[in-house]
Amino acid sequence: MAVMSYIQAVTTALREEMLRDEKVFILGEDVGKKGGVFRATEGLFDEFGEYRVLDTPLTESAIAGVGIGAAMYGMRPVAEMQFADFIMPAVNQIISEAAKTRYRSNNDWNVPITIRAPYGGGVHGALYHSQSVESVFANQPGLKIVMPSTPYDVKGLLKAAIRDNDPVLFFEHKRAYRLLKEDVPEEDYVLPIGKADVKREGSDITVITYGLCVHFALQAAEKLAEEGIDAHILDLRTVYPLDKAAIIEAASKTGKVLLITEDNKEGSIIGEVAAIIAENCLFDLDAPIMRLAGPDVPAMPYAPTMERYFMVNPEKCEKAMRDLAEF
Amino acid sequence: MGTENITMPQLGESVTEGTISSWLVKEGDKVTKYDPIAEVLTDKVNAEVPSSFSGIIKELVAKEGETISVGEIMCTMETEEKGIDQKEATIEPPRNNSDFNKSDETSKKRYSPAVLRLAQENDIELTQINGTGKGGRITRKDVERVISSKPSVSKDVPNQQSSPSISNPKPHRTVSDESPDTSINTGDMEIPVTGVRKAIAENMVISKQEIPHAWMTVEADVTDLVSYRNLVKNEFIHSEGFNLTYFAFFIKAVAQALKKFPELNSTWQHDKIIQRKAINLSIAVAVEDKLFVPVIKNADEKTIKGIAREVYELSEKAKNHKLTTEDMQGGTFTVNNTGTFGSIHSMGIINHPQAAILQVESIVKRPVIIDNMFAARDMVNLSLSLDHRVLDGLVCGRFLAYLKEKLENMNETSIQMF
Repeated sequence: MAVMSYIQAVTTALREEMLRDEKVFILGEDVGKKGGVFRATEGLFDEFGEYRVLDTPLTESAIAGVGIGAAMYGMRPVAEMQFADFIMPAVNQIISEAAKTRYRSNNDWNVPITIRAPYGGGVHGALYHSQSVESVFANQPGLKIVMPSTPYDVKGLLKAAIRDNDPVLFFEHKRAYRLLKEDVPEEDYVLPIGKADVKREGSDITVITYGLCVHFALQAAEKLAEEGIDAHILDLRTVYPLDKAAIIEAASKTGKVLLITEDNKEGSIIGEVAAIIAENCLFDLDAPIMRLAGPDVPAMPYAPTMERYFMVNPEKCEKAMRDLAEF
Repeated sequence: MGTENITMPQLGESVTEGTISSWLVKEGDKVTKYDPIAEVLTDKVNAEVPSSFSGIIKELVAKEGETISVGEIMCTMETEEKGIDQKEATIEPPRNNSDFNKSDETSKKRYSPAVLRLAQENDIELTQINGTGKGGRITRKDVERVISSKPSVSKDVPNQQSSPSISNPKPHRTVSDESPDTSINTGDMEIPVTGVRKAIAENMVISKQEIPHAWMTVEADVTDLVSYRNLVKNEFIHSEGFNLTYFAFFIKAVAQALKKFPELNSTWQHDKIIQRKAINLSIAVAVEDKLFVPVIKNADEKTIKGIAREVYELSEKAKNHKLTTEDMQGGTFTVNNTGTFGSIHSMGIINHPQAAILQVESIVKRPVIIDNMFAARDMVNLSLSLDHRVLDGLVCGRFLAYLKEKLENMNETSIQMF
């Protein structure tokens, strides 16, 4: 066991997979010599050389497209989008090609690519460095979207993503990179994609969320525990396709459900979670399904006061959770 | 002058902490705004931190080599000017005061799907549970607590043949649990319950379940009223074009009595009683299988003739299905003309959310003893149903006594028709 930050878990998983399987290679902007703008690929260029850690031009459509082509030929590319915000030029490649190739070719071809991208706000990154983009891809069967919340989950899930025979979008919260640290086993392990994880057992209210918001909810839960409010927290981990059984079980457990995302509220992942609960849990529900999310404005503002207004934080979680508990 | 804190700035995206590699100032140093005060090392950058204020360094809170989180205090300063208010606009969650739940019962009857299901599966009478939720709402946990402490609150319903084992409740009760006597036999007719019938049924159930009814009846001698009405009725229909019914006189008298006893002109609102100023009398009008309750607004301000006209118009409208919602809204007390059906005594169901209903029974000629002699008099029973939460026997008795007096004194000289 070693204490590892969230971003170190990314680097470790990449390195171990590259050692394990020589078909694994990395491509992206500044991932080589520089080691990535966040240092996620630090040291890999020196260890594996320029043919396995490729610096690309500033062309996201090519990063995805080259990766998809290589994947179809049997390679295991890990493409990095420098920021999730920059993934938009690659959307056509991802949705029209990566997601659909297996279906279109009747199983003759598959695309085992992993596309990593840092997402999320609260870092004074403003418009182009703060967005959550998962909902753009979350109704494209053929894709998987993984959004881990802890260093332990990062290592196990990134390995699983690389070994998966189909395209996986792997969104890492950039604020979590250096904020979150925990013991991570040194041995090789994978965690199942498509499975949610109970991060805290509780009996009064259920919080279902993912990414950095899991921590906000956990912090709020610790405070509320002092008031006798016992929160059950489910971390989705994979936001597409959703782990319906786990969602239904968690929602039914307490009948009072709060869904949290830092994405804009309308059309977000949690809207689909709410629909699953509404379809399956009516007679266990004890309160309206509650959502805590970013406001429906075009982007994360830059001004600190406005950014605080936009971002979910532990205080907002605490208030929403208390409101729900008191309902 | 004031003391300000200089906090660890955010030195890049994803950076959450920084290490003070060296202080460029010491305590007591005078610095001006934007002067570098410290070198800070993060895992992304090495940067100088500028002062946010002009003033004198008071205390270096963080030591060299120490790693602190973004937003934590690095040092404090005595400033010359009023600095920027660095206090974060924290969102203060509104605290519930502890007796919030006790006084507010507005959501006591708002049952969630989970609560209703648990109550049905376990035969729990929800009205006997104290809710701990917002507005006195009964939460799923409240019901679960009761279930785990059964059978203390469980209610034994006598009609248990349909589900013999209460000790072992089925998880989901199905429609096939119907008791045998509701099955359809040959020749039976099934009448779907819709529209007005359904609304009537629902209102009656609400009223009967919620309101603790109590009843009182007095009899009034209306011989003088009857003779007066007989005297003028033919002329009235000639000149006005519609019948002069006894009912109009009763409504007038009730309106006057309500003016004197406004307690009866009120409504129960859980934690308060609202006494209505306007006297709007609902009158029940039956049309075949339907029952309408149009309203005579401000009845106390109307003449007997005006009331008679309105009763006539409203019943015509009811017969022709022309009553509007407007016609039926705002009633504060109901007068029910049960006498039309020949009834001499009845116990009405209060028109929820009003506090009382008066049944005006049939006027019948009866032998009555006056001054130790038999006399043939026109007698009428007035039956009052009252909401015992709002009203007691005393005030209702006085109301009925006053009403009786008013009616018994209605005669040729006292009645003002117009």
